[in-house]
Amino acid sequence: MTETESVVIRTVARIAVPFIQVFALYVIVHGALGAGGGFQGGVVFAASFILMIIAFGLPCVRQRVSTRWLMICSVLGITIYAGIGLLCLLPAGNYLEYGAIEAALGIPHLHGYLIDAVEVGIGITVMAVMTSIIYDMADKGGESS
Amino acid sequence: MIEALYEVFLSRYNYWMAIILMLIGLYALIAKQNLVKKLIGLNIFQTAIFLFYISFAEVRGGAAPIYLPEGVDALYVNPLPHVLILTAIVVGVSVTAVGLSLIVRIHEEYGVIDEGELLQEMRRR
Amino acid sequence: MTVIDHLPVLLIAIPILASLLILLVGWHDRRFCYPISLITVLSQFGAAIIIFLQVMREGTVAYHLGSWAPPFGIELLIDSFNGFILMVILLLSAATVIYARRSVESEIEPEKTVPFYVLFQLLVTGLVGMTITGDIFNLYVFLEISSIAAYALIASAQKPRAYVASFNYLILGSIAGGFALIGIGNLYVATGTLNMLDLARLLPASYELATVHAAFLFLVIGFSIKAAFFPLHLWLPDAYAESPSAVTVLISTVMSKVSVYALLRIVFSIFTTAYIFTSFPVNDLILFIATVAIIAGAILAIAQDNLKRLLAYSSVSQIGYIMFALGVSNQVALEGGILHILGHALMKGCLFMVAGLIIYRMGTASLKELGGLSKAMPISCAAFALAGASMIGIPPTIGFMSKYYLVLGALEADHWIYAGALLIGSLLAVGYIWRFIEIAYFKDNDHDEGHRQVRAREGPVSMLLPMVVLALLCLFLGIFVEGVMEAVTPAATLLLGGA
Repeated sequence: MTETESVVIRTVARIAVPFIQVFALYVIVHGALGAGGGFQGGVVFAASFILMIIAFGLPCVRQRVSTRWLMICSVLGITIYAGIGLLCLLPAGNYLEYGAIEAALGIPHLHGYLIDAVEVGIGITVMAVMTSIIYDMADKGGESS
Repeated sequence: MIEALYEVFLSRYNYWMAIILMLIGLYALIAKQNLVKKLIGLNIFQTAIFLFYISFAEVRGGAAPIYLPEGVDALYVNPLPHVLILTAIVVGVSVTAVGLSLIVRIHEEYGVIDEGELLQEMRRR
Repeated sequence: MTVIDHLPVLLIAIPILASLLILLVGWHDRRFCYPISLITVLSQFGAAIIIFLQVMREGTVAYHLGSWAPPFGIELLIDSFNGFILMVILLLSAATVIYARRSVESEIEPEKTVPFYVLFQLLVTGLVGMTITGDIFNLYVFLEISSIAAYALIASAQKPRAYVASFNYLILGSIAGGFALIGIGNLYVATGTLNMLDLARLLPASYELATVHAAFLFLVIGFSIKAAFFPLHLWLPDAYAESPSAVTVLISTVMSKVSVYALLRIVFSIFTTAYIFTSFPVNDLILFIATVAIIAGAILAIAQDNLKRLLAYSSVSQIGYIMFALGVSNQVALEGGILHILGHALMKGCLFMVAGLIIYRMGTASLKELGGLSKAMPISCAAFALAGASMIGIPPTIGFMSKYYLVLGALEADHWIYAGALLIGSLLAVGYIWRFIEIAYFKDNDHDEGHRQVRAREGPVSMLLPMVVLALLCLFLGIFVEGVMEAVTPAATLLLGGA
């Protein structure tokens, strides 16, 4: 994985990556209403990073997206998920009972937004974990912890 | 005769494929010496189970289980197995990742990924 | 709605958040990992006791995630059986965390301690989830969460052999998980539901279907692999012997118990005794294999030279005792089996803690080099002797009580030969426990190998304390077994379909 990959691959990757990422975001946000969801979107997002690793090499990608940043992302994602779940306990609902918050705050369609927020959390975590798995593998399993 | 054959095999084509894939996977798990090939066998085995789940979710002529708003004639396939399998895929990915990193470590320590040679190396030390 | 009502879900959600907290804080300063882990597991244990008392007082506790009513949503269900198991596994987890600190310091590289505690927390959480869930697919998910954490924990010993042991366990464990998944799929095809209570209600209509038989076999074989039931135990000795001591304690006590719990839950709560006795008579076969397991495991244990491997094979034998209860499946034998889940967790936890302490002080667990150990480490050797006596089944320890109930149950079901085999198994247990006792107490290294004098000291308090507590519990719970039976009897009745 060096910089000597062909120009074609690098150019195509440069063009494709933004589209892949936008598509990933679309899939994540679409989770509440149609086919889609955090996991699928997260995997697609991670796929864009994998394409970048293949095209530009691991060190180059690592400069932009560090392991530390990925770790924070993965923790953040699960915290969003579990946090919203626990938030539902406050207005006397059960865990992940979005309707309870909606009823307590009186905002219509809030529970749809909450599902979206949970999906975003899942998406962030999946993206971060997938990418860090690739990092570890491409690294020959060394040094990272 | 032909009709009986059709009844048994072709009408349940998916399930037979799932069984065949499962056996291929188990064969690879047991008979292959290369650790990476073992892991590939494990993946084939898991994929067979996914195929099994997706097959029994199918409803003849059913649409994708996306909510159709107004009065559309809705015969959906069962969405629950799809969701279950999504979870199982996540599990499969994680197991594969852990397995591959273990193989990397084994290769670092012993310099082999063949099971027979690995056993020899372990005995030698 | 108070906090008490939400305890079942908090039991899973809070530890997951705690494991993330460990990860974040561990970056800042590694020393904070241990206190967070300790506080989390202790509060889990406290919550388990509260839930258990509530179950004893008011009957089954159910919690519906997202308030979706049971057949559709995921349900957390705690009755007198899994409430008891929950308490046992969290007691052992708490003891292991206290024990783990010093052991981890010596066996795991400093920069790996953060991932270690994170995985440890996730393993405990996965096992708790397996115990309290009322949804069979959720059981599979938690099974895999705990398994993946366990693979990584075994490999965290950073020894070449540990990687191989972990890989073998990964392959077998994934096959087990796959089998369980197929079984769950078959059950779903037969009934159209995944909720355990709903399954138990709907299944009798299709007891004669081949689909259900296949589901039963896949589930039983899958969970038998995870529980290391005799012919499927091949991953166990390596995994137990090569992993770090704290991990060995956890997976040998908590993880194997939870797998056995899942097996009992599937066989008795989802399928019923009616199924295994009449529709698909396998109980005689299970009884036979369990008896073989008891004897073969003990014989294999006698043949070992490494203390950890010896104890690992002894686990194979002891799992046989619990499966024996499944094979007999009458009230008395099941009481014995459930009591043995508690008893074996206590004594095997204690024994593996002693083995880990010996490795901590001596750097080896080879029996040949441990001569005269009792002079150097009197407390741990005494703990070993006490827990070992319980393993053999010397009255009044808890090991004696559980075996007593098992034999009574076998006699009640007219299985005279099997009852005899059970006693032979106990006799063989004397063989392997005595090997260590003899070497530690009666073999003086001064005479034969003067140059290899044992120079170890007694272990640190944080390792001795949980060990001694467990050993004393083996004794006291045996003496005051009446109190324990108050919890065990309703569990056995529940499994057999009573109130």
